[in-house]
Amino acid sequence: MPLQTPPLRGLHDERGAKFTEFGGWDMPVEFDSIRSEHAAVREAVGIFDVSHMGQIHVTGPDATELMQRLTTNDVTRLHVGDSQYATITDEDGVIIDDTVVYRLPNETDDGARADEDGEPTYLFVPNAGTDESTHERWITYRNEWDLEATVDNRTDEYAMFAVQGPDAADLVDDVTAESITKLDRFEAQYATVDGVDCWIARTGYTGEDGFELIVPWSEAEHVWSLFDCQPCGLGARDTLRIEAGLLLAGQDFDRESDPRTPYEAGIGFTVALETEFVGRDALAEIEREGVEEELVGFQLIDRGVPRHGYDITNTDSRVIGTVTSGTMSPSLEQPIGLGYVPVEYAEPGTTLQVVVRGQSKKARVETTPFIDTV
Amino acid sequence: MSFDVPDDRRYLESHEWALEDDGTVRVGITDFAQDELGDVVFVELPDEGDALTQEEEFGVVESIKAVSDLYAPVSGEVTAVNEDLFDAPELVNDDPFGDGWMLEIDADDASELDELLSADEYEDQIA
Repeated sequence: MPLQTPPLRGLHDERGAKFTEFGGWDMPVEFDSIRSEHAAVREAVGIFDVSHMGQIHVTGPDATELMQRLTTNDVTRLHVGDSQYATITDEDGVIIDDTVVYRLPNETDDGARADEDGEPTYLFVPNAGTDESTHERWITYRNEWDLEATVDNRTDEYAMFAVQGPDAADLVDDVTAESITKLDRFEAQYATVDGVDCWIARTGYTGEDGFELIVPWSEAEHVWSLFDCQPCGLGARDTLRIEAGLLLAGQDFDRESDPRTPYEAGIGFTVALETEFVGRDALAEIEREGVEEELVGFQLIDRGVPRHGYDITNTDSRVIGTVTSGTMSPSLEQPIGLGYVPVEYAEPGTTLQVVVRGQSKKARVETTPFIDTV
Repeated sequence: MSFDVPDDRRYLESHEWALEDDGTVRVGITDFAQDELGDVVFVELPDEGDALTQEEEFGVVESIKAVSDLYAPVSGEVTAVNEDLFDAPELVNDDPFGDGWMLEIDADDASELDELLSADEYEDQIA
């Protein structure tokens, strides 16, 4: 199957980016170097093309109920302009995906924004390559529950850029007609960027302050070109993410190869057990009884770099887990990683071993995030 | 993008270079290889005195994003290891044909180098 391409594929290519396949998309992995891109985001600001992320739009009289019953967090807490991190779970409480749900201004039947009138409207962002299956899931359940809501997959209609770093607010504010600096973390609004209507949210995935802009596909190149800062690829996004202790779908959780619940993955805060949703009863039982394994952060004490799939052992060399994510942290200049281990090994300070190409390397469980984050 | 390919040395298809001087063969990875790998963060090398066989693995170079095995250009004994790389692996990126060298081998038979690619042949490979 041919890879999907982001609207800026040509522009990135001219800029000298290297590309990688990610979730069925041909995405820039590196522009200059992961180290310099990572540093730009930690110290100043960088911009990422994350147009491979899905965009599902839900509106109608029962939109809130549909969202509530298919995501684990409490959607009713969202006012217009709020967003929340949530998971999508199956009947067993296993994470299918993680997502950010935005409450957009209400919409009328013809799609016009109508803050007072109109129907509740949501946009949520599934991970790359899962937009179609997620869209189908929403339609299937909507029909089964006989709810009145329109569900549109708008992944191909909108590009998404992430402007991240301590200088992000100033940079984004410079290009928007309306001030966006008043937004708190996880707040969002429509704003005009050189005449282009964009949804701008103070969210991101790097541990830094930052904004994500959802931009009409046809205007992507124009909006991108307004940001005079370091372009960054998925390589830097990975290293920034691990330092911040944030999960990567398909790696830190994967419904097929490594099914995990939000409690195991350390994101139990996304689960609102007082609401009704698919997987709720299973999660309530797990919450009551506790988990057997959980995701921990660790630092390698010996020389080496932990990588996805490497075994984690106890000090008796018994395999107790697997590295889900690992890297040499550019900020800490230390090898760090994430992996699932039995809870008795999860306490920070616990000594473990990671098997790096056949050799046991000493590691120590650390508190995550590994760095200070916003 | 064009890469340096000095014509004073020989090359392996796996992107190591070999520079011979009076029976001693200095080894590193090419400009193309370091660019493909990206930021090098770790190099694992043999010890002095270890015996290597041509085309066998002798170590590993790791960047932030990838791991790559290293292959010996000739058979012989390791006579020097660039220990600067243990504290400053970025030398491989900064100066792959110079300060980023990895080890020196006292070649059993320097004519093994004739089996390797010339600069022109290697340039064709990475074109």
